[in-house]
Amino acid sequence: MTHDEIKAKVAEVLETALGCDEDEIVDDASLTADLGAESIDFLDIVFQLEKAFSTEAAPFKIDQGELFPEGIMDNPDWVQDGTITDQGMAMLSERMPHVDFSGFDGSVSKVGDLITVGALVSFVERKLQAAAA
Amino acid sequence: MRWMWIDRIVEHDPGARLVALKNVSLAEEHLHDHFPDTPIMPAALIIEGVAQTSGIMVGAVNAFTEKVLLAKVAKVQLDRDAQPGDTLRYTATLDRIDDAGAATAAQVHLRSNEDGSDWECIGEVNLMFSHADQNMSGLDLPEENFVFGDNFRAILSASGLRPETV
Repeated sequence: MTHDEIKAKVAEVLETALGCDEDEIVDDASLTADLGAESIDFLDIVFQLEKAFSTEAAPFKIDQGELFPEGIMDNPDWVQDGTITDQGMAMLSERMPHVDFSGFDGSVSKVGDLITVGALVSFVERKLQAAAA
Repeated sequence: MRWMWIDRIVEHDPGARLVALKNVSLAEEHLHDHFPDTPIMPAALIIEGVAQTSGIMVGAVNAFTEKVLLAKVAKVQLDRDAQPGDTLRYTATLDRIDDAGAATAAQVHLRSNEDGSDWECIGEVNLMFSHADQNMSGLDLPEENFVFGDNFRAILSASGLRPETV
């Protein structure tokens, strides 16, 4: 599947799950800050991505915490005084290779904004490539 | 029985499908105001009935141990009004479920109960449910399962689905 085909399917999922317009779905649009996604929408998006990219031969399954690591706030090694620590940043970079961290100031309140349309497309693309390897 | 918007569960295929009936009655007080000369079952209460049908189906997957909360109304289409004397049938199917929650799809059928009338599909309602204990850590939720309380127990029991663990 080409990059453009993946992008088109991801856009279709976002239009359905978030009720947003096609022209709002651009690479750097944040799902939460720009497209208004709430926490339950992420579960909706995950379910719809699984359905959209699964085939009979190769089920596409997204594990809980795979798109976005869980329990970040509760770990003092990762978060101190409302800011992601160096150790936390290393963990995020390792577990979220689909995310572009340039411009991220480490503020915990902005972690949720890191998932952009482009990050979601990259996430799907990496998973499909890994499954095909 | 307050706030039960289904009357009977008529089919249950665990983890796949649950069907419930709702008889619309002129004795329901809200129909007197909605509307005075034209009583119509409020669409919001049809959605609530579908949510109860779908929520029971989702809850049964984990033997009613999870607190299953309606989290998102993903899609609603209702093409015809339901009036006193009509029967509504909600057929819920389980689309997806995991530790965090579930997605369901339901069809709404109506039978007007006039001579020879048959079921007519009048719409669909797709919902998302959250397993509250898995998603709201930090919130002070009660230990007991407040979702599947006394009202639900009664209808589950009448349908042979009594949740022993609640």
